[in-house]
Amino acid sequence: MSQVSNAPKVVPEPIESKVVAKGIKAWFGDNQVLKGIDMEIPQNEITAIIGPSGCGKSTFIRCINRMHELVDIARFEGELLLDGKNIYDNDVDPVLLRRRVGMVFQKPNPFPTMSIRDNVLAGLKMTGRLRKSEAGEILERSLRQAALWEEVKDRLGQPGGGLSGGQQQRLCIARSLAVEPDMLLMDEPCSALDPIATARIEDLLNDLREHYTIIIVTHNMQQATRVSDKTAFFLHGELVEFGATDTLFTHPSDSRTEDYITGKFG
Amino acid sequence: MPGSKKHTNREFEAALKVIRDKLVSMGEAVEEMIGTSVDSLLKADKELAKKTIARDHHVNRLEVDTDDLCLVLLAKRQPMASDLRFITLAMKMVTDLERIGDLAVNISERTLALDGFNAEIVGPILGRMAKINRSLIRDAIESFIEEDPIRAETVIKRDSEVDQLYLRACNEVRQRMKSEEAYLDHGIHLQAAAKFLERIGDHITNLAELVIFMVWGKDIRHLGSRGQTDC
Repeated sequence: MSQVSNAPKVVPEPIESKVVAKGIKAWFGDNQVLKGIDMEIPQNEITAIIGPSGCGKSTFIRCINRMHELVDIARFEGELLLDGKNIYDNDVDPVLLRRRVGMVFQKPNPFPTMSIRDNVLAGLKMTGRLRKSEAGEILERSLRQAALWEEVKDRLGQPGGGLSGGQQQRLCIARSLAVEPDMLLMDEPCSALDPIATARIEDLLNDLREHYTIIIVTHNMQQATRVSDKTAFFLHGELVEFGATDTLFTHPSDSRTEDYITGKFG
Repeated sequence: MPGSKKHTNREFEAALKVIRDKLVSMGEAVEEMIGTSVDSLLKADKELAKKTIARDHHVNRLEVDTDDLCLVLLAKRQPMASDLRFITLAMKMVTDLERIGDLAVNISERTLALDGFNAEIVGPILGRMAKINRSLIRDAIESFIEEDPIRAETVIKRDSEVDQLYLRACNEVRQRMKSEEAYLDHGIHLQAAAKFLERIGDHITNLAELVIFMVWGKDIRHLGSRGQTDC
């Protein structure tokens, strides 16, 4: 585990929850998008967040790597503990934090003209952490972890933009993994992909679970049932229900969850 | 399906209604078959027995149609929560309902095998079993339509009445067989008819258990011991 602050390194007590959110509130200007989220994200599990557009699910995960604050009019309140450490403490460096908490976005966003090799190593290069002697090993390991190695190993010098959409998304995952994060945040990572590419990413998630804590925001409830251990249902900036995925999608305890996942109104 | 709220997708809402209507139709059809099959036995009416047997095609058709529709909905809609429970339950319910239809056919076949023989003293017991079963299947279907698990629980409890009558029928048949060798052939058919009615009671219990699962999400199958039904 790498550090997120410049303070002396303290070995933390073993913690079951990777992330603990306490009373998370977030605003864009006057618009409050999160209204006090309390939630514990388990380590080495996949947590899915579902909910209608505008419910605050993307904002919530963007609070976990402090990307929310990059928006001028954004505001945040509450405590977000990562391995027991509040990531909003003054001594936490957001850049170091984002290295630990990788993010994969809805649309694959490789650097299009950069080679596949340079795309994977971009994060390390930008933070000046890449040793030439390690580059080859990191490149192969990251691409293998992202289940892309076999498809690109003979064309590592070609532009990332030349890959298919599904391959580009896996390239972005490889780029995130190259910096050895503790956890991955995924904001609808398959919404722009075809079913085969989606299946590849979902299969990959299953492998990654062993080493990483993953939070995936998805509009696709079937995907949430397939890939996640736990699911959270957000509505109007509130956490309505959070529990084992198998239970939530078969016997939800809150009628609002039931109505949402069965597509009801009235 | 449960509750007054409707699905945003009207086609899905309509398809769920079709499944519900088909289940109700099947319930009504097999309830009638229980009645006519036992009537045919009690009145030694072979024509009525044949009509009951012919009616089974309609029930079988409903089973296949409902199953097909459920499969299509599972594939097309990937239902969740109460919708998922409703559709998977419907697929189980049609199996029980179809089996009830088959058992009514089996009773009717005994009418044909008895070839005009009067059920005599066992007759009223079988008639009573049929009456209770008809009442229970109506309640099970009503509990399904009304999403009323309390009513479904009553259905489950009342199955013991059918079991008790079955044991009485067995006893009557056995006594008569012991005292009258010529009764043996007829007794076997009547005892089998009683067993078919007892099995119908068990299938109705299954239906009620499924209703409880649909509404409460609570699986109560195989929790309690069913009454002793070996004669």
